[in-house]
Amino acid sequence: MGSARLYLAVAVGGFRRYASYRVATAAGVFTNTVFGLILVYTYLALWEERPGLGGYDQAQAVTYVWLGQCLYATLAIQGGGAEKDLMERIGTGGIAVDLYRPVDLQLWWLAGDVGRAGFQLLGRGVVPFVFGSLLFPMALPAEAAAWAAFAVTLLLAAVVSFGIRYLAALSVFWLMDGRGIGQVLMITGVFFSGMVLPLNAFPDGLGDVVRVLPWAAQLQVPADVLMGEADVWGAFAFQAAWAVALLAAGRLLQSAATRRVVVQGG
Amino acid sequence: MRDAFIELDGVEKVFDVWRKTGFMKRERHRVRAVDSLSFTVARGEMVGYIGPNGAGKSTTIKMLTGILTPSGGRLRVAGVDPSRERMRLAHRIGVVFGQRTTLWWDLPLIDSYRLMHRMYRIPAARYRENLERLTELLDLGGLLDVPVRQLSLGQRMRGDIAAALLHDPEVLYLDEPTIGLDVVSRTRVRDFLRRLNAERATTVLLTTHDLRDIEQLCSRVMVIDHGRLVYDGALAGLHEAGESERTLVVDLERELPPIEAPAPARVVRVEGPRQWLAFPASASAAELVAKVAARYPLVDLSVREPDIEAVIARMLGPSGGAPEPPQERAGRTPS
Repeated sequence: MGSARLYLAVAVGGFRRYASYRVATAAGVFTNTVFGLILVYTYLALWEERPGLGGYDQAQAVTYVWLGQCLYATLAIQGGGAEKDLMERIGTGGIAVDLYRPVDLQLWWLAGDVGRAGFQLLGRGVVPFVFGSLLFPMALPAEAAAWAAFAVTLLLAAVVSFGIRYLAALSVFWLMDGRGIGQVLMITGVFFSGMVLPLNAFPDGLGDVVRVLPWAAQLQVPADVLMGEADVWGAFAFQAAWAVALLAAGRLLQSAATRRVVVQGG
Repeated sequence: MRDAFIELDGVEKVFDVWRKTGFMKRERHRVRAVDSLSFTVARGEMVGYIGPNGAGKSTTIKMLTGILTPSGGRLRVAGVDPSRERMRLAHRIGVVFGQRTTLWWDLPLIDSYRLMHRMYRIPAARYRENLERLTELLDLGGLLDVPVRQLSLGQRMRGDIAAALLHDPEVLYLDEPTIGLDVVSRTRVRDFLRRLNAERATTVLLTTHDLRDIEQLCSRVMVIDHGRLVYDGALAGLHEAGESERTLVVDLERELPPIEAPAPARVVRVEGPRQWLAFPASASAAELVAKVAARYPLVDLSVREPDIEAVIARMLGPSGGAPEPPQERAGRTPS
């Protein structure tokens, strides 16, 4: 189990790296809380006009908002997780050093990103969520099983989120610069995850499409699992399928990319 | 004869590079980064590996570490084919890049070391012992709890060297380990490397542009250019190969016309009472001094050794050695 301990150590390192920036964390908590308030009042106005929009009542809509704020940094929905560091390492050529080490590149970055997500959840996500639940009526489950299922769905969401961003980061091997792809990542992440509006509330046609895209696994699926709106095993299967597909694609792209890195900087 | 630890026999590496020749049009170029390269390095040797940018140094190191597969020839490190058993070999080698770090930027130095402990599965007792020894030798004691981003370049470099050695690698590849360092840090790194090689018999392959590194550390030097080995031997022999010259600087009592120096020495510069005489590095300076002193009123003199950088430049010729294929010209700068 030597390698399990290694990747655990990498995850712990990822956690500690983010924990070392306390002011940034505090600023993030403040931002997510303010954004949560703005969105809650917007949603309340919307649900007042359109009760039952997307199959949610007002308490569920409010819960969705605060969960979104909780997971925004946790899942790096607009980017800014491991992929940011990876892009920089590819851009500066530091990635070559990483290849000399007896580690699996993808697992290494996945472990670091899961550690980062763990810190962001505790350090940055929980506070706005608890704040929201104290101020507004929310649709939270009472039974432990639902919370356990939610924990599983969160872990799967973290892997899917990493899978998307890892692919984006590897593109820098060809693009040479991560800024453009970072913008794409931000816009697609925010929109397709349902940060603007729950994917359930999207109109037919577009809604049918966005609900099967991998981004749906980040916020919509965990929200529905938490609020008992989804079949738990179906949700797990959906997330797991995307996780496997994205990681496999990442592996393919990685082997093509590492062949490339060795050509540069001869 | 010590056993050959690194063994290259006719190794070559050819890249296909696509170049844009117009809108949507690309042309394929074959670039021979390494061309029939053969050499062996014995266990415990410390060898300088030098050459201009783009000569094939990094490509060689990438093949030696297994992240690049040779296009042809035979390559063995510790009896192992690196590209086939990269992961296994990784436990036996250490790599340090002067311009790149393997350390965790945001975290204290010690966190990166703990990670190496896991990564290389170093037994706990050996890890503690090595950490203690490296901390002392590289003077890292007060730095272990400092985040890497707060270290100076010299401190970071020492930190990186320690990170590469915690798992007791049998061979260490160093790429520009003294680049950007001040004199004190540079000396400290060199002293450490000398000791490492002497006491632990670690095989070291050193790539550098600072030839003082080579002068002070390596008894053997290999020069590569255009993917070919153009020199392999003692540092002293490099001077002969480059037909290098030493300079005798003499201060005369008064201004005189250029000295009639005994051949093959010749006056290359006159400035007031001071004259510069160039003579082959292989010739005796004592003989020349005696002959000059016998005929001219000498006040003072000094002998200057040739600059190896100049020697290599001369050896590679004005255009940098062999005729250069056009596709390799981009990105090349003289060393």
